Amino acid sequence: MSVLVYTESDKGSFKKAAFEVASYAKAVANQLGTTVTAITINANDTAELGNYGVDKVLNVTNSQLDNFNANAYASAIKQAADQEGTKVVVLSSSANSKYLAPLLAVGLSAGYASNVVEIPTNTSPFTVKRTAFTNKAFELTQINTEVKIIGVSNNAFGLVENSGSASAEEFSPTLPELGVTVESVDKATDKVTIADAEIVVSGGRGLKGPENWGMIEELAEVLGAATACSKPVSDLGWRPHGEHVGQTGKPVAANLYIAIGISGAIQHLAGVSASKVKVVINTDPEAPFFKAADYGVVGDAFEVVPALIEKLKAFKAQQ
Amino acid sequence: MKILVCISHVPDTTSKINFTEDNSKFDSNGVQFIPNPNDDFGLARAMWFKEKQGATVTVVNVGTAETEPTLRKALAIGADEAIRVNTAATDGFSVAKQLANVAKEGAYDLVIAGRESIDYNGGMVPGMIAGLIEANFVNNCIGLEVDGTSAKAIREIDGGKETVSTKLPLVIGSQKGLVEESDLRIPNMRGIMMARKKPLTVVEPIAVDAETTSVSFEKPKPKGAVTLVSPDNLDELVNLLHNEAKVI
Ligand SMILES: Cc1cc2nc3c(=O)[nH]c(=O)nc-3n(C[C@H](O)[C@H](O)[C@H](O)COP(=O)(O)OP(=O)(O)OC[C@H]3O[C@@H](n4cnc5c(N)ncnc54)[C@H](O)[C@@H]3O)c2cc1C
Ligand SMILES: Nc1ncnc2c1ncn2[C@@H]1O[C@H](COP(=O)(O)O)[C@@H](O)[C@H]1O
Repeated sequence: MSVLVYTESDKGSFKKAAFEVASYAKAVANQLGTTVTAITINANDTAELGNYGVDKVLNVTNSQLDNFNANAYASAIKQAADQEGTKVVVLSSSANSKYLAPLLAVGLSAGYASNVVEIPTNTSPFTVKRTAFTNKAFELTQINTEVKIIGVSNNAFGLVENSGSASAEEFSPTLPELGVTVESVDKATDKVTIADAEIVVSGGRGLKGPENWGMIEELAEVLGAATACSKPVSDLGWRPHGEHVGQTGKPVAANLYIAIGISGAIQHLAGVSASKVKVVINTDPEAPFFKAADYGVVGDAFEVVPALIEKLKAFKAQQ
Repeated sequence: MKILVCISHVPDTTSKINFTEDNSKFDSNGVQFIPNPNDDFGLARAMWFKEKQGATVTVVNVGTAETEPTLRKALAIGADEAIRVNTAATDGFSVAKQLANVAKEGAYDLVIAGRESIDYNGGMVPGMIAGLIEANFVNNCIGLEVDGTSAKAIREIDGGKETVSTKLPLVIGSQKGLVEESDLRIPNMRGIMMARKKPLTVVEPIAVDAETTSVSFEKPKPKGAVTLVSPDNLDELVNLLHNEAKVI
């Protein structure tokens, strides 16, 4: 009966999103009067999950699963759900979780709601609030099936500490055919990703050219932030496609989003508006981004950003 | 190679979103509809396979007659034929079931659907089709080559990309990057004329129970006014972000 949560790790360490979905699963378990079981794949320190309300960990250790594989991971989670008699499965909104979720939904004949922003508003009928129309609206969705899958939006619930402890047991699912084999991975390991970032620093066409991104990267580094860009910037090849954010790019749901030289077109805003606090730096006081932002500086990015970097360095040095 | 491209019909990206019937229904009044942007990338790549490797391309939509302009547009771009499954699209699972049925009946080798639609943002249809027809599945696909029954794909991952190998039958979740922006197609006059003669088959839906139901909608709360900080007083910005917003 327990709520099952898939807690993702990267090279053995849990991602922050793992603790967030564990916290969320605990809140759902409280609503339903049950416990939380986590399933982990090749994670090192499963005890950490106890701090976020997990009661039991099913730990899969299998070198065949070192690379993410949607079929195999979905199958492992399904087997765990079957074993535990789970009625609610909780996943994050990482690219990998969103990849496996529909496969898991088919496997468990479970209704799946993605981009969920709160704990269920009702457990009978089971109803969740999710974003729709790329953050232009919220939708209340009822899940009609016996088993339900909830994909929690990044940073929507936050981390909730719990002074519990998690017991761990090895879990050895039967692996299906992998179907898809990873040949090579090309990933910058020293950079914060947009998906994991609490702060995102984003540049637009106002920065004039790719040669001016040094200050964007420096600002991001001072803040421990990820870098992102508007669509034309990636279309022009100034920055890689993976940095394009907005309605047709990556969604951003950070705690702080800093938009520099970005006008704030509706397609851009839709994709970043789930961020909690937005700052805009733009020479044009009429730029639409000022209507969507919490804080704004009307000024030239080439002056404001270097000055802001200095101020932030001084601030960080004091902390 | 037989390719099936699934195309959803969504409000234009600039649309203001409103609801009617006590906030239970999307208000399509005055809204312009377009093919889902992720599907434009999928269709453009399918056209590449048609032109370079002699593939045939079928486009499909689950929807009422109102969605036909979207299918006609895909035919004008160069798809060989179109199928419309004649039912209003409800939840992602029901749509995936209908599409899986079409994919199975037509024995397609490659099914292309968008990573996510910009209306309901379900992000579930391509994966569910793959699960239902037991085909291989590559999501967030930003590169695809097919040689016989072998396929090589590039997939965007958090913070980078990875190259994978797999086999047909295959379903991919397409997105920006699958083709260059400059390779996206727009219909020309000749294409539009030719599209009139291409088959658009209407098929009746199979019986499916919805797994999820949309109950109601609400709009985000309006934002308060922006707090402006002078460029000469950036200490204040740091202070506000630290003490007021508590984000640094
Ligand atoms: C179907 C479709 C989908 C789209 N999807 C997306 C999407 O997902 N994401 C996205 O971003 N866009 C998207 N767009 C594009 C969107 O409509 C805008 O064109 C785009 O967001 C504009 O990018 P920008 O703000 O960088 O550039 P611009 O609109 O050119 O704005 C540049 C800004 O920089 C400011 N500026 C200039 N010089 C300086 C300076 N020295 N210092 C500070 N500020 C300066 C200017 O005042 C201006 O406001 C989409 C468009 C379409 C049609
Ligand atoms: N009604 C539909 N008809 C055809 N294809 C659809 C439909 N709805 C969704 N799709 C496909 O599934 C993709 C993802 O949609 P979704 O899972 O709803 O986010 C879209 O980009 C389309 O390729």
